Amino acid sequence: MSTDLKEALFGYTLRLGDTSLVLGHRLSEWCGHAPELEEDIALTNVALDLVGHARMLLTYAGELEGKGRDEDRLAYRRDVFDYRNHLLAEQPNRDFGHTIVRQFLHDAWAVELYGRLCASTDETLAGIAAKAVKEVRYHVRHSGDWLVRLGDGTDISHAKVADALGRLWPYTGEMFERDEAEQALVAAGIVPDPAELKAAWTARVEAVLEDATLDRPADGWMQKGGRRGEHSEHLGYLLAEMQFLPRAYPDATW
Amino acid sequence: MPDAAGCWGPEPGADAVVKAAWGALAGVMDPEIPVLSIVDLGIVRAVSADADGRLSVALTPTYSGCPATNVIVLEAETALARARLDARVSVVIAPPWTTDWISDAGRDKLAEVGIVPPPHSGKRALTAPDEVIACPRCGSEDTRQISRFGSTACKALHACNACLEPFDVFKCH
Repeated sequence: MSTDLKEALFGYTLRLGDTSLVLGHRLSEWCGHAPELEEDIALTNVALDLVGHARMLLTYAGELEGKGRDEDRLAYRRDVFDYRNHLLAEQPNRDFGHTIVRQFLHDAWAVELYGRLCASTDETLAGIAAKAVKEVRYHVRHSGDWLVRLGDGTDISHAKVADALGRLWPYTGEMFERDEAEQALVAAGIVPDPAELKAAWTARVEAVLEDATLDRPADGWMQKGGRRGEHSEHLGYLLAEMQFLPRAYPDATW
Repeated sequence: MPDAAGCWGPEPGADAVVKAAWGALAGVMDPEIPVLSIVDLGIVRAVSADADGRLSVALTPTYSGCPATNVIVLEAETALARARLDARVSVVIAPPWTTDWISDAGRDKLAEVGIVPPPHSGKRALTAPDEVIACPRCGSEDTRQISRFGSTACKALHACNACLEPFDVFKCH
């Protein structure tokens, strides 16, 4: 693999790993707070899967980078500006309906992405995707089922998820952004074309929104910046909590 | 896949150290479902020995986020060391683990403790999503799913409408 391609793949893997880690952490914040016990367990199960994906992806990113950074070093020793996650993932938890909308918009993307990454010409990425796709299929069924239940539920539940959909929709454009580096990865058959991904995501999302009796928001202004390290203020608070221990006690072992 | 008899183990004619390693690993129980050994679970992917008799053992996680993976690796290393085997344990993720790799003996052990074993994926393709899951206690087929996410990542929670007992189902994965 050429140096440029390797660097592009490092960036791609880091973005994917960071998005999984940040969203996984957000879901873990529901532990002990979900509306019912089964849902508490479900959200934290999904969180564990996402953190598991992040571990594989960040480990691989560290290998691609070749500077000796492992998963922990990447997760715990980078500040906000070095994080490359989607802004959608860091949006803070509001009500349960908001979490379900955030999760569904992400899961619908993840299931389409990993399904295609299984055919990547990069063996390691294909292996990670084959593992992850089996799990995100569960996630998207779960968040999709809930979205239908809430959207097609009571007036209050419908209003809450409709509000969340309007708030979060501007963060979905970022999932399909691409730059020159990513273009090279597409050309090499390492990652899928974001345009193809967007078509598949849109079809999946629209079908569920229809079942949920929710209107698809118009594509207006889309928030950007995650892939350049420009984040909302929320990420700093999340990292402060997540990174507290390794920052207070660097290299601690037990 | 397990062999024709539904079992995992060394190839016939494998080195004595390889056989001994499989024997040691068969004694390592899954920390979250302690009736199953890691061999029953199908997560021991390969055991090989080099010319000096040094062993390489490859394990695979069930779910990416399974918190038991690190404990399982540690316990496998401990069991191999206790058997005085010189082994290096590594974790591989490809090909991804599937519940089809749970041995027949493992399925029987799950059923004995009231956990419905996972359907075979081939069979599931024909019957999903309206597959009938019988209650492991009273046998009634009138059951419902309470949550797709149960007490561990690999199980879902169901309940029987006849005897009212909740029970775990090992998810087809």
